[in-house]
Amino acid sequence: MAALGAATGGGSWFSALALGVTLLKCLLIPTYHSTDFEVHRNWLAITHSLPISQWYYEATSEWTLDYPPFFAWFEYALSHVAKYFDQEMLNVRNLNYSSSRTLLFQRFSVIFTDTLFVYAVHECCKCIDGKKAGKELTEKPKFILSVLLLWNFGLLIVDHIHFQYNGFLSGLMLLSIARLFQKRHMEGAFLFAVLLHFKHIYLYVAPAYGVYLLRSYCFTANKPDGSIRWNSFSFLRLISLGLIVFLVSALSLGPFLALNQLPQVFSRLFPFKRGLCHAYWAPNFWALYSALDKVLSIIGLELKLLDPSKIPRASMTSGLVQQFQHTVLPSVTPLATLICTLIAILPSIFCLWFKPQGPRGFLRCLILCALSSFMFGWHVHEKAILLAVLPMSLLSVGKAGDASIFLILTTTGHYSLFPLLFTAPELPIKILLMLLFTIYSISSLKTLFRKEKPLFNWMETFYLLGLGPLEVFCEFVFPFTSWKLKYPFIPLLLTSVYCAVGITHAWFKLYVSVLTDPPVGKTKKQ
Amino acid sequence: MEKCYLMTAVVLLGLTVRWTVSLNSYSGAGKPPMFGDYEAQRHWQEITINLPIKQWYFNGSDNNLQYWGLDYPPLTAYHSLLCAYVAKFINPDWIALHTSRGYESQAHKLFMRATVLIADLLIYIPAVVLYCCCLKEISTKKKIANALCILLYPGLILIDYGHFQYNSVSLGFALWGVLGVSYDWDLLGSLAFCLAINYKQMELYHSLPFFCFLLGKCFKKGLKGKGLVLLIKLACTVVASFILCWLPFLTEREQTLQVLRRLFPVDRGLFEDKVANIWCTFSVFLKIRDILPHHIQIMISFCFTFLSLLPACIKLTLHPSPKGFKFTLVSCALSFFLFSFQVHEKSILLVSLPVCLVLREIPFMSTWFLLVSTFSMLPLLLKDELLMPSVVTVMAFFIACATSFSIFEKTSEEDLQLKSFSISVRKYFPCFTFLPRIIQHLFLISVITMVLLTLMIVTLDPPQKLPDLFSVLVCFVSCLNFLFFLVYFNIIIMWDSKNGRNQKKIN
Repeated sequence: MAALGAATGGGSWFSALALGVTLLKCLLIPTYHSTDFEVHRNWLAITHSLPISQWYYEATSEWTLDYPPFFAWFEYALSHVAKYFDQEMLNVRNLNYSSSRTLLFQRFSVIFTDTLFVYAVHECCKCIDGKKAGKELTEKPKFILSVLLLWNFGLLIVDHIHFQYNGFLSGLMLLSIARLFQKRHMEGAFLFAVLLHFKHIYLYVAPAYGVYLLRSYCFTANKPDGSIRWNSFSFLRLISLGLIVFLVSALSLGPFLALNQLPQVFSRLFPFKRGLCHAYWAPNFWALYSALDKVLSIIGLELKLLDPSKIPRASMTSGLVQQFQHTVLPSVTPLATLICTLIAILPSIFCLWFKPQGPRGFLRCLILCALSSFMFGWHVHEKAILLAVLPMSLLSVGKAGDASIFLILTTTGHYSLFPLLFTAPELPIKILLMLLFTIYSISSLKTLFRKEKPLFNWMETFYLLGLGPLEVFCEFVFPFTSWKLKYPFIPLLLTSVYCAVGITHAWFKLYVSVLTDPPVGKTKKQ
Repeated sequence: MEKCYLMTAVVLLGLTVRWTVSLNSYSGAGKPPMFGDYEAQRHWQEITINLPIKQWYFNGSDNNLQYWGLDYPPLTAYHSLLCAYVAKFINPDWIALHTSRGYESQAHKLFMRATVLIADLLIYIPAVVLYCCCLKEISTKKKIANALCILLYPGLILIDYGHFQYNSVSLGFALWGVLGVSYDWDLLGSLAFCLAINYKQMELYHSLPFFCFLLGKCFKKGLKGKGLVLLIKLACTVVASFILCWLPFLTEREQTLQVLRRLFPVDRGLFEDKVANIWCTFSVFLKIRDILPHHIQIMISFCFTFLSLLPACIKLTLHPSPKGFKFTLVSCALSFFLFSFQVHEKSILLVSLPVCLVLREIPFMSTWFLLVSTFSMLPLLLKDELLMPSVVTVMAFFIACATSFSIFEKTSEEDLQLKSFSISVRKYFPCFTFLPRIIQHLFLISVITMVLLTLMIVTLDPPQKLPDLFSVLVCFVSCLNFLFFLVYFNIIIMWDSKNGRNQKKIN
C-alpha cells in the first residue's frame, strides 16, 4: 500500500500527466482516420511479405514506401507483432483493409511508440531551467512545459486521429536536443542521424545541427569576446562525429547500395513531381503568393485585362496533388523554392556561427530552420508545423518574448490543422481539444510571466481572437450559404491565408529577436 | 478567481472525454425488434411530437405501450418534445410516426449524442463547477482537482454517453437542489429538486433526506415563528412546481392515475435483470420472486428500506447540517438501491452523485465506492460493447483521484472519519486499533476481485449450464461491497455530531 502511495502520490505529477494523455489517446481509437492509416498498413504489408530488394519497387498500392530505410525496418518490426492481431492486414493486395483488429493494432502501435516521446519530454524537463516562479506546482516551468509537450494538440490530432507516427519521431528529436543541452554531443548527433533515416523531413533542421556541432563541439574554446579561436579545433571530435553519421547512414542505406538501388530509393524519397502546394495549402509564403495570384487573376478577368481562354482551368484546391500554373505571377519551380529556403535559413546559420549562445542559441536556430523551410519549402504539408512547434515549447517557458512568439505560432499552426479533420463527429473533439490546449497555454504562460509586460500587443490579440469567428464562418455558416457549391474552396483558402499571416508574423518576430539579441556572455556563466 | 483557466481546462477535458466516449456504440445498436434505451428516447420524441398530450401515456393504435411506452414523468416528455422539434427541423424522417421505428444512422446518432451533451453542459456541469467553487476551507487547487474527479466519474459518462440516457439532467437538477438547500436558498433548492423528481421518478431516492433536512431547519428556527413560515413557503413551492409540471395531466382524474401507473409499475416484480441489490443476490440461494406472493414482496422490501434509512433520517431531522445532509443522501439512496422494489442497475448513479459530493471529506472511501459502482454496471456495459471506454475512463478516474487527493495516504482513522466511532468502541475493546489496516486490506481485496472478475468475463466463456454465472458474480461481489458501504456510511452519520460536540467541548 505504501509503495502504491509513493508511486501515485507526491511528486508523480509527471506520470499522471503522461498516463492521462495516454488514456485520452486510447479514447480516440474509434475516431476517423485518414488515408495515412492505409499508407502505413500497406507499408506493414510490403515490409512483411516482400524481400528487401522489392521494398522500394513495390507499387500495387498507390501509397508506395517513401520514407527512409529505418522507417521501413520499423514497419518490419511492427509487422511481426501485427501478425498476432490479424494476418490479413499483411497482405499487399488487401487494399484498404481495416478490420477492427487492424485498427486496434495500428492505433496501439502509435500509442506505445509514444513512450519514447514521453521519455524525451521527461529528459527535456530536466535540462530546461525556466523562469523561477511561484512555488505552486501548476506554476512551475517544468510542469507547464510537460503539459505543453505531452498534451500538444497538434500531435494528438495528427497522430491519434488523422494517423501518423510523429510522436516517437518528435521524441527522437527532443531527446537529441536534450542530449545536446546535457553536453552529451555524441549521443545527440547519433540520435539525430538515426532520426534522419527514419524521416527525411528532418533534413530541414540538419544545418542547425551541423553548424552547432562544428562550432561549439569541434572548436573546444572561444576567445574572451566570444569569437572563434581557430587553434582550438579538435580533429578527433570531428572525425568521431563523422564516423557516427557515416556508420548510421551505412547501416541504413548500405543494403540498398549493395543492391544497386540507391537511385530508386532517392526517387521515392524526393518526389519533385508533386505540386508546389499540398492539396490543402499549408499556411506559408506560397499560400499568400498563390492567393495573391488568384486575387489578381480575378481582378484581371473583371477588368478584361486577361484572356479567359488562356487561364488554366485546374484549380489549386481541387483536392488532387498536381502541378499548378500560376496565372498572373510567375510560376514557381522546385529550384526557386530551394533557393528561397536556403536564403531564409542562412542568416540564422550565420548567427549560430558568429554569435554562439550555447544550446539555447542552437535551439533557436533549429526552430528558425524548421520555420523557414516551412515558409518556403516545396510541397509542404500543414503537419510540418509541428517540427517548429514542439522545440519552440522548450523556449517558451524561458523568456516572455519567446513565450509570445510561441503562442502565436502554436495557436495559428494548430488552427491550420483543422482542415485535416473534416468529419462531423470529430468536429467537437477538435474544437474542445484546441480550446483546452490554447486556453491552457495562453493562461499558464501569462501567469508565469505576469510580472513582465503583456505577451501580446493589441494587434496580435485581435488576430488571435479572429480565429474564433473564422472557425464559426468556415464550419457553421458557410455550409448553409449558396456559395458552397460555387466556391467550395473558400473555407480552405481563408484558413490557410489567415494562418499564413500569423505564422509569417511569428517567423519574422523570431528572426528579429535572434538577430538583434545582444551576444550576452551567458555561455561564460555555464 | 485567478485560477479560472484551470477550471475551464477541467471542464473542457470533461467535455472531451464525454464526446469521445459518445463515439462508441449505444444500447441496442442494430438489434431489432426491441433495440435499447437509445431507441426508447427516440421513440418518445416520435410519440410526443406526433400525438396530442392526452394520448402520451395511454395505450392506443398509435402508441403501443409495450414498445418503449413513456414511463418517465412529464418533464422527460417535455424534454423529448423539445428535442423532437429540433429533430423535425433537421430531418423529419427521424421522428415520423410509425415509419421511424428503429431508425438508425450516423447523422441521427450524432444528433442524439449532441442532445445529451447540451443537456449536460446546461445543467449538470455548471452545478458541479459551482459546487466545487463554493466548497469552504480548501485551496483553489483542491477545488479544481475536486471538480476534475467529479466530472471524470466514469459511471455517469458511460451510461449517458455510451449506453444512452439523460441521467445528467435529473442528477444535475438534484445537485442544484443540494446546492440550494446547503447554502440556505431553500426555496430555489426545493424547486430544483422538484424538477429533478419530475424528470425522473427515481430521484425519490433522494427525497427523504431533502425532506428531513428542510424539516430539521424549520424545527431549528422554531415551529411557532420563522420555522412555520419557512415550512409553509416550502410546501407552497413544492406544490406549485408539481402542479406546473403536471398541469396538462391534472384536467382529468384518469389522466393523472394513468401517468402514476406508468411511473410506478408495481406489477413488474421485485427486480429486473441482474442488479447488485439484496433481492437479486439473495435469489441466487432462494428464488423469493417465485416463492412469495406479490404483495408480500412489496411489504418486505418496503419494511427493509424503511428500517435501514430510519436512523439516518431521524438523526438528520434532529441535527440538520449540510455535511450530515450529504452523508444522509448517500446512505438513503444506498438503502433504496439495496432494498427497495423494482431497482435497475443504473440506479446506482443516484448513490454515486452524493458520494461524489463527499469526495473531499473521505477521498479514499469515495473513490473506492465510485469504482465499485462502475464495476456493478459491467454486464450492462459489456452488452453495449463499451469495454474499451469503460476500462479507459475508470483508469483515468482512478489516476485523477489518486493524484489529486493522494488517497493512499489518507487512510488513518481521522481521514476515514471513524475517529469517534473507534474511540467509543475502544471503551469496550481497548485493543481496537486495527480498523484502518482492515479497511486497507478490504480495499485491496475488493479491487483485486473486481480486476480478476473483469478479466474473467472478458476472456472466458461462461459454462453452458450457467450462462449468467459471471453477471451473477458481479452482482454478488458488488452487493457485498455496497452492504459494507451502507454500514460504513451509517456509522459516520451516527457518530458524526458526537464528534462535533466533543470538539465544541474541547473548544
